[in-house]
Amino acid sequence: MSRAEGAALVTGASGGIGAATARALAADGWPVAVHFRSDPDGADEVVGSITETGGKAIAVRADLDSPEAADELIGRVEGNLGPALVLVNNAGRRADGLSPQIDDGDWCDVIETNLNAAFRLIRRSLGPMIRARFGRVVNVASVVGPRANPGQANYAASKAGLIGMTKTIAVEVARRGVTVNAVAPGLVETGLTADLPAGAFDGAIPARRPGTPTEIAACIAFLASDEASYVTGTVLTVDGGMSA
Amino acid sequence: MTTKADPQSAEEVIRKGLEEVGADPGRVTRDATFESLDVDSLDLVEIAQIVEDEFGVELGGDDVKDLKTVGDAIDLVVAKSA
Repeated sequence: MSRAEGAALVTGASGGIGAATARALAADGWPVAVHFRSDPDGADEVVGSITETGGKAIAVRADLDSPEAADELIGRVEGNLGPALVLVNNAGRRADGLSPQIDDGDWCDVIETNLNAAFRLIRRSLGPMIRARFGRVVNVASVVGPRANPGQANYAASKAGLIGMTKTIAVEVARRGVTVNAVAPGLVETGLTADLPAGAFDGAIPARRPGTPTEIAACIAFLASDEASYVTGTVLTVDGGMSA
Repeated sequence: MTTKADPQSAEEVIRKGLEEVGADPGRVTRDATFESLDVDSLDLVEIAQIVEDEFGVELGGDDVKDLKTVGDAIDLVVAKSA
């Protein structure tokens, strides 16, 4: 159960890994802000499932690509639930193509959502975390980034960037009880991977199946827990053994 | 919500901030350097946030990096608040 007085914000939480993470953090006792951009029904469903089981949650809409969104979104969380002491940067997007075919828009959009927006949210959240002498930032990276995946230069760059940012900020704030970590999922069954042919990658995965959102969420919830207080600046790979 | 800083109120808030980041209150004087108080750059960022909450004065990285003494910080806050 959470001991610090505050709330958790999970971005991109209307489905997939974000939704499972919101539920897991609520089960750990955190009031949860369920962020969404374009799927209010999904977010409402997550909020409903949390409140049904006695938890506290609200849905919050924001377009994180807008530079003002971080300030506005964290302000709303503070106003409704208390300081955002747990921040899970999960919102992400893909715009795949071989590099000669990735145009500026597809490059910049992916970097904007996956990396820049995450940084703005962290920057805005760190002050209150530092003051509280408690904070948990978990960035959802990917096994793609540290390793190549042809057709995803933009996505790989954004996720590798997230990992570098994670480690650096972790070191900056470690002495204030604030931890900053990343999880690196492999192939997970979510809306983001729905277009991939079923079973196509199972041969490359020692576990012989894709991961589920709840399997990733459990790792994020651990990194956000009191028990993980000495884990910081690390990347927890959750990929069924794919990159072992 | 925020009030204007005068030399006295600025000193009070900065003392409060210094105490919060663990500086020894007995050694805090206008001439004391942050280095001598063991106050590092992250501590200064935290104190800047406390000042911002109190006086609505935003202290950016460029403002904070040249501060050497407690007196420098007090003067900066008063000047910025004017």
